[in-house]
Amino acid sequence: MWDYSDKVKEHFFNPKNAGAVVDANATGEVGSISCGDALRLTLKVDDATEVILEAGFQTFGCGSAIASSSVLTEIIKGMTLDEALKVTNQDIADQLEGLPPEKMHCSVMGREALQAAIANYRGEEWKDDHEEGALICKCFAIDAVMIEEMVWANKLRTVQDVTNFTKAGGGCAACHEDIEAILEKVLAEKGEKFDPNAAPVETPVKIAAVKAPLTNLQRIKKIEQVLESLRPSLMADGGDVELVEVIGNTAYVNMTGACNGCQMAAMTIAGIQQRLMEVMGEFIKVVPATEMAKLVNIEAVS
Amino acid sequence: MTDIYLDNNATTKVDRAVVDAMIPYFLEQYGNPSSIHKFADGVARGIKQARQQVQNLIGCEHDSEIIFTSCGTESNSTAILSAIKAQPNKKEIITTTVEHPAILSLCEYLEKEGYTIHRLPVDKAGRLNLESYKKLLSDEVAIVSVMWANNETGTIFPVAEMAEMANAAGVMFHTDAVQAVGKIPMMLQDTKIDMLSLSGHKLHAPKGIGVLYLRRGTRYRPLLRGGHQERGRRAGTENSASIVGLGKACELALEFIEYENTKVKAMRDRLERGITEQIPHCFVTGDLYNRLPNTTDIAFEYIEGESILMLLNKAGIAASSGSACTSGSLEPSHVMRAMDIPYTAAHGTIRFSFSRYNTMSEVDEVLKVMPGIVATLRKLSPYWDSINNAPVTNPEQAFQPTYA
Repeated sequence: MWDYSDKVKEHFFNPKNAGAVVDANATGEVGSISCGDALRLTLKVDDATEVILEAGFQTFGCGSAIASSSVLTEIIKGMTLDEALKVTNQDIADQLEGLPPEKMHCSVMGREALQAAIANYRGEEWKDDHEEGALICKCFAIDAVMIEEMVWANKLRTVQDVTNFTKAGGGCAACHEDIEAILEKVLAEKGEKFDPNAAPVETPVKIAAVKAPLTNLQRIKKIEQVLESLRPSLMADGGDVELVEVIGNTAYVNMTGACNGCQMAAMTIAGIQQRLMEVMGEFIKVVPATEMAKLVNIEAVS
Repeated sequence: MTDIYLDNNATTKVDRAVVDAMIPYFLEQYGNPSSIHKFADGVARGIKQARQQVQNLIGCEHDSEIIFTSCGTESNSTAILSAIKAQPNKKEIITTTVEHPAILSLCEYLEKEGYTIHRLPVDKAGRLNLESYKKLLSDEVAIVSVMWANNETGTIFPVAEMAEMANAAGVMFHTDAVQAVGKIPMMLQDTKIDMLSLSGHKLHAPKGIGVLYLRRGTRYRPLLRGGHQERGRRAGTENSASIVGLGKACELALEFIEYENTKVKAMRDRLERGITEQIPHCFVTGDLYNRLPNTTDIAFEYIEGESILMLLNKAGIAASSGSACTSGSLEPSHVMRAMDIPYTAAHGTIRFSFSRYNTMSEVDEVLKVMPGIVATLRKLSPYWDSINNAPVTNPEQAFQPTYA
């Protein structure tokens, strides 16, 4: 079964705020019964201050769906509606000490129910803006719909293209057959044929591979170039990366925005490292800058 | 209280006697059966005995019709790929919508390669229509592959009759009998079944050992080519300890086959009756009058299976579910969808599968906790009216969440 955190189990076995709020004045209903997840969130909002006084949930769903609903109601109680709108699905997942990639959509459902409930209170109509497909890349939690859209929008042709644009397939590589199947399908719809050896499409910044050895200055410039080329795909997820220091073959980076504290940060760093090594033709170790102080100190002592 | 294992269709505990039979083949008779020295001279005998033990359980005519493989999936792949390799001009395959992924995924792949796959639908009780099956049989069909019993509902398909029909039309017939072998009696020599897959770990042998039964005279092309093992039909050094273990397990299964169909069945029936009598809005899926004796699959409406499993697990009870969430997919089990079980019930299906190790007192234990678990989750469900303790009126209309 899933490797749920203790926090998920705690909220599943002893859910908080289960059931509908009796005199609720905001209701949000989201989910899909065909997928086996559906959530009704009811709120009692103070009309004068717009503070959420009470929150209750009713969930049809798995352990993590119930835990996400429960923790969501705990997070938003006492917030104003504007504060509550800033709650992200990552906040929900963080409060639960993480969710398996296949279950991140449970936290998304929580955030959407909240948006729907607030829209309901304000007399607006809420529209779901995302469509979810089958999960393809488990390392980076990228689904089929996302990959298809990127293939269409950017005229992608190879698995490497898909990895460059979406990160999908950049980790363990087990999903490459599935990505090829998507490419085959989309290219067929466009009247083209999938060719695994096709030349990759232009990536945002094209960097020619270099021959080692490099001087330290060349190395730093090259690392910056590579990071620059990777930033668009990180920024698409609301994250970013900056280079802090280079000591020998080790590059210290800061993961910022959504990347900061994201469970995928370690995978992302591994992806960056791999890309750097490909381009630079030498071993490069990428380490979060938070680790730097310790290491520098050790070096200073020794 | 010790934990209760009711997930025997997923896998089984290895019988102590099976382990005991295997140990000498790790520590003493560990030689390669092809070698000529005393570390190996007992191995060939052990394997020969195992072949006969398997033969006795499935009732085939010759022990040379038994090919040892690594698992049920390998046997399934070997059977289908052999049939299409041996008959390259035949481009159609007949199977069912409710097969195990070991068959369905392979067929999907072959479909991309240009094969036409006929997937027989099932009715609401999980039964096939033999009339429409008959119409599909033709010279174009390379092989029919139909499971003997369904892993989720336990529903038994009339494979003997279907094999006769295929044979009359000159079409090869394969059955994935992984769930059926050891649970219901079989006598393959009286049937027209050409190939059959079985898996050791479903009948108290270890994981990693399977069998492909290949009727003498059936045209065959190996999946793995190499050494002369299994008469050149499945190359690769024999997994001798596991083969011996499987043989022992088959001997025991034959010994217990009546127990399985009386005592084990009685436990299943009592659990099923107890649950459906005590808990409102639940129903048994599949063909109630034609099922494996050890399996019951019950749909609990308006709640979700993984949640049920987590609460059962907390109570020390192991079962499994056809819900989407347990597999990480977006759809509930294809078997439930094929039977047209509504989504509000399909996601809440729980399969209890017994073995000869279970006891009646375990059944009572499950009956004690199950109503509470269902009630707890229904209290959380938007489809359930907690005040009247009944589903909300028109559940599917009353709660219609937004989704793109």
